[in-house]
Amino acid sequence: MAGSTPASATASAGVPASGGDRPRVGPWLEAWRRFRKHRLAVVSAVILAILVLGVAFGPLIWTVPIDEIDFSKRLDGPSWEHPMGTDDLGQDLLARILYGGRISLAVGFAAMFVALVVGVLVGAVAGMAGGKTDAALMWLTDLFLSLPQLPLLLLIIYLFRDSLVSVVGPEMGVFILIVVVIGGFNWMQVARLVRAQFFSLREKEFVEAARALGASKTRMVLVHILPNSLGPIIVAATIDIAAAIIAESTLSFLGLGFPPDIPTWGRLLFDAKDNLDFAPHWALFPGLMIFLTVLSINFVGDGLRDAFDPRRVKS
Amino acid sequence: MTQYLIRRLLIAIPSILGISVILFAVLALAPGDPFEELATNPAIPPEVRQNLRASLGLDDPIHVRYFAWLTSMLRGDWGFSFVSRIPVDDLILQRLPTTIAVIGASQVLAICIAIPIGVFAATRPYSIFDQIANTLAFVGFSLPTFFTGLLLILLFSIHLDWLPFVYRTQLDSTGWQWWWDQVRQSIMPVTVLGLFQGAALVRFVRSAVLDVIRLDYVTTARAKGIPESAVTLRHIVRNAMIPVVTLLALQMPAVFGGAIVTEQIFRVPGIGSLLISAVLANDTPVIMAVTFVFACLVILFNLIADILYGWLDPRISYR
Repeated sequence: MAGSTPASATASAGVPASGGDRPRVGPWLEAWRRFRKHRLAVVSAVILAILVLGVAFGPLIWTVPIDEIDFSKRLDGPSWEHPMGTDDLGQDLLARILYGGRISLAVGFAAMFVALVVGVLVGAVAGMAGGKTDAALMWLTDLFLSLPQLPLLLLIIYLFRDSLVSVVGPEMGVFILIVVVIGGFNWMQVARLVRAQFFSLREKEFVEAARALGASKTRMVLVHILPNSLGPIIVAATIDIAAAIIAESTLSFLGLGFPPDIPTWGRLLFDAKDNLDFAPHWALFPGLMIFLTVLSINFVGDGLRDAFDPRRVKS
Repeated sequence: MTQYLIRRLLIAIPSILGISVILFAVLALAPGDPFEELATNPAIPPEVRQNLRASLGLDDPIHVRYFAWLTSMLRGDWGFSFVSRIPVDDLILQRLPTTIAVIGASQVLAICIAIPIGVFAATRPYSIFDQIANTLAFVGFSLPTFFTGLLLILLFSIHLDWLPFVYRTQLDSTGWQWWWDQVRQSIMPVTVLGLFQGAALVRFVRSAVLDVIRLDYVTTARAKGIPESAVTLRHIVRNAMIPVVTLLALQMPAVFGGAIVTEQIFRVPGIGSLLISAVLANDTPVIMAVTFVFACLVILFNLIADILYGWLDPRISYR
């Protein structure tokens, strides 16, 4: 770079080479700069961080057990003893929500990871191969986009749950099943994005230069193309987390997700919905948690989109 | 136009076949044996079980089973519900009109919300109105349908006691009162679905209009002295709707998901709640059939979107 070649006569040594009034920064710092301009996204990122830290470390601080039954405290509203009230068995809702949040967020992130792996794989193969392979993979992607996802999710979980549960236990079995199935229905956007990125990037000069230098196909993809298409992939992955959290909550809300003794946020809502008239707090708190999480993830995704796509920045 | 339609119909066939393959694969891969109960029954010798399997074609190669299944699905022979013992297609036909009505009404509501707001926001980009609309749109599609449903019940049925929260098929009233009761009990399910869908749509409409608004032909229209309202309505909106129709069709699977949840919350007797009760009662023929119907509905709505597309953009139908 500028420092390695002898400076011209006018440039004095010691002064960092800077263009205009601001210092040169790498693409990641530049993205962070643009992300900071999206105020709602920054606020959301903070809220999301608090939520994640809260469910990760909250149970260490709020040590009330999630299944301590106390019939003298049934359906109590919020109080100092139970900040979010209690349910119909007198169990503390704050503890249950913190515990459920771990599962809901874990499902969201794990399903996102599954979707990302499948999507990048399909998109990269389609983008590099082109021709018939590309056409076939894109037909498959379009097919998956037009599948009715919720009915299929219900069908698959209904058919496979019992045998998987008998192999790896109720909690882990349902977790794996839900993560794989939700991820398996959310990879299409990522695949399309990756394919589009690959199509435009593989014609660029720097990729051609790498090819001319004898880089293998794998090296071209891993070192040159994939890192340059990370921006849109990260955005799509963020949105996928929100979609996965909603999908998991929907399943649990329908009573078909995790077993009843695991209080995920959707499950809490499912249990609460028949007591809406005398214990609204029971439904409101888990619902608000889902809403806050999803909303902040969506805003962070929007901020990231601005950050990674300079054309979208508001002037 | 006719040729275009025929082409679209032909393209839909591989999609239906693809979906049927996926459905069948899920069913075929699923563990569990329909004759499991017989296996543990000492009164039935294994040979009888083998003969039963063979007579029902369970031991045939997988492609033979697939074609047998597909032809009977296409002929409308969907088997009997395990629970109610009536043919599955009767069960679905009873319930389908309600689902279509609720989804249709909510789509109309979503479009009525999204197009005016989206167009208004896009013609004044980054104004206060635009920012509020954008934020509300984010709130709208971050609120899961099951939570909005519960919130509406809490507010309008429990606190204000304005609307019934259980949807009833058999209303006692007649005449105008019947229509009024029908509207009253449909308001909440339709609103829940419509708001969710409308919130996503607002952003599509806004960005589509923003893309069109800076094109040269819009400037030309303005330069000719056409009033701004006419430019917006006739020149901008019609062309901006083209990508919106595609996105609307892409949203259909999510809408059906929302419809299942909404039907479950408000106990609307549609195919969504049929699906849930079938899953809870292990009623496999009904689950399979409802999933297949949902898949066909998605394809049907895609076809409708294609027709709209051809009408909005006549160039497409001549290609």
